[in-house]
Amino acid sequence: MLIALFADIHANREAFEACLADARANGAERYVFLGDLVGYGPDPAWVVDRVRAMVDEGALAVLGNHDAAVDQPGIRLNPIARAAIAWTRGQLDDGQRRFLAELPPDLNEDDRLYVHANAEAPEDWVYTLGPKEAHASFRATAQRVTFCGHTHRPALFNESASSLPPLHTPAAGRPIPLLAHRRWLAVLGAVGQPRDYNPAACYGLYDVASSRLSFERVPYDADVTARKVIALGLPVALAIRLSNGS
Amino acid sequence: MAKALLTAGMTIDGFRLEERLHLGGMAAIWRVSRDDMTMPVVMKAPFLDIKGNLSQLVGFEVEQMIMAELSGVHVPRFVANGDITVQPYIVMEQIAGPTLKEMLGAEPMAAAEVLSRGAAIATALGDLHQQNVLHLDLKPANILFRDPDTAVLVDFGLSRHEHLPDLFNEHSRKPAGTTAYMAPEQYLGIRTDKRSDLFALGAILYQMATGVQPFGSPKGVAQVRRRVWRDPVPPSRLRPDLPPALQEIILKCLEPVPDRRYATAEELALDLRNPDLVEVTERGRRQERADAGIQLRRLLRSRATLREIRAAASKPPPRAPIILVAVDVRPDLERMRHALLEAAVSVLANMPGARLACLNVMQTSLVPSGNVDAAGENIHVNRIAELRAWAEPLQLPRGKVTYHLIESRNIAAGVVDFARANKVDHVVVGVPGGASASKLTMQITSGAPCSVTVVRVGDDRAE
Repeated sequence: MLIALFADIHANREAFEACLADARANGAERYVFLGDLVGYGPDPAWVVDRVRAMVDEGALAVLGNHDAAVDQPGIRLNPIARAAIAWTRGQLDDGQRRFLAELPPDLNEDDRLYVHANAEAPEDWVYTLGPKEAHASFRATAQRVTFCGHTHRPALFNESASSLPPLHTPAAGRPIPLLAHRRWLAVLGAVGQPRDYNPAACYGLYDVASSRLSFERVPYDADVTARKVIALGLPVALAIRLSNGS
Repeated sequence: MAKALLTAGMTIDGFRLEERLHLGGMAAIWRVSRDDMTMPVVMKAPFLDIKGNLSQLVGFEVEQMIMAELSGVHVPRFVANGDITVQPYIVMEQIAGPTLKEMLGAEPMAAAEVLSRGAAIATALGDLHQQNVLHLDLKPANILFRDPDTAVLVDFGLSRHEHLPDLFNEHSRKPAGTTAYMAPEQYLGIRTDKRSDLFALGAILYQMATGVQPFGSPKGVAQVRRRVWRDPVPPSRLRPDLPPALQEIILKCLEPVPDRRYATAEELALDLRNPDLVEVTERGRRQERADAGIQLRRLLRSRATLREIRAAASKPPPRAPIILVAVDVRPDLERMRHALLEAAVSVLANMPGARLACLNVMQTSLVPSGNVDAAGENIHVNRIAELRAWAEPLQLPRGKVTYHLIESRNIAAGVVDFARANKVDHVVVGVPGGASASKLTMQITSGAPCSVTVVRVGDDRAE
């Protein structure tokens, strides 16, 4: 079974559609959403509707901090994110908001854990940026493979008996065997707002049978999304970010 | 996981253990069979004592992971991996030939054989590097031959795949490898520079040419540091009839700073195949090691040199692409040659640092028969002289231009074969008008492994 993993779509319809088409062309049979469907981007209602329809057909989705912030204004966000969430709140109807509010913080499936930020405390929203955070996450779960997002930077960690889990920065489109007797933590890059200086949308493909994971990069027309961001009066910095992947 | 567990006649995951072929310090090699196997296969099964040696376990994991990624004639074909928690093993194609270690006696090899076998190993190494894998433990015991021109590399337990997590580095940042062949940057724990493999190959070539290892076989890894300041005995000192070009090649591989070695295995292979075209410097003619004064200066500078090595290894090697220009020397094609020259200038301008390979393909049917030796020799010398004359206006420094003469029944096939064998980056070829020319163009453009510039001029000669 080939699983397509999407993290941090952030209401970017163009990037999400491009990744979905790419995943379908690659033969994806199952879809997992690793949180932050909304926030920052200009198409929250469309993205929520689309993901909700896919969840109704069997896809899995977990809660992200931006998703949670729609109904919980107390969640800490930076000023730009806060402004975007305030705008997002007005774009969603009750049903869409309920769908987001009811997303689970994490999900287990076979030997896999799906969570937005980190297994250690899913709703503390700690960024899994380096070996220390990865180590804490490994300690908090017994699952063999953890898939998360939140950092907007693709990374892969494997648990080590003798050191902190080292960071591997994956190359695009290169399947990596997640060796069966080791434990792994994969941080998917962002679909809707990459921050690793590569503006192409990022999503993951995981083949369960061979236990191979690839980080796919899909170029899309970020200018279309950026123009929408500006036209809707969202912070201009968000538009610039999409264009240069910073 | 103890040695005693495996005995002939046992079946593991469908593979029947037939005969133990080799019992090494780390692993046993068994000839195995399974009904669906269409080639002879062997099973490599390590003696793993997890309590005793974690790096051994990691090394076997690395080998399993990398073997499964590799393909092509220069590695054994991969068949299956055994679960490391149950019975770890790798089943792979059996390569019949003796290892280079078994081929090497105390007697040195003939220079011609060092060149041809060396070129075969460099080609295999280039293929491995193209697959994003650094061997990092290249030595005679890890090299076999399918035939004299086709080397096969084995034992990837210390290797590194550029696109996969480095399990080895994670476990231990201590240097790993075989000290006799290890590059100085490996002493520093650097596992990212493909030129480390070229250093090892230089040490192997030295051993093939002289019968002895350039740095002996030091016990401790710390001894590798000496390579930074202590140069090896020039091989021609041990082997006075050694061609200076071969010494030049060997000592260039053994330069302590990676930037002074060959940039790629393909470049090394090209020189090994064309020793006549190697620019011999002081390195190739050297008869003595550096004197005590120079050694002392190098020793005092060695910390700075190590910094230089670290810096060189952390950035991509200086790119030296190869541009191939196929030059037709027939007298009535003067305008074409002029156009080719202009095309070469513009391609060179876009590929800084490139090496220009000027190629003339002699159609074998056109080589005069009868008294071939004498006449043929003359033709060859003249052709090279004509190629030199053609390239002369480009004013390229020595080492940035080479001249090649090959014989082929089919000109297009000759150009394409040369481009493939030498991993050429750009082909420039002139094609006169006419129907036969379009076929030639098509053969070259479809067969070449790179971009092709086709140069046309107006009616140069009546077809």
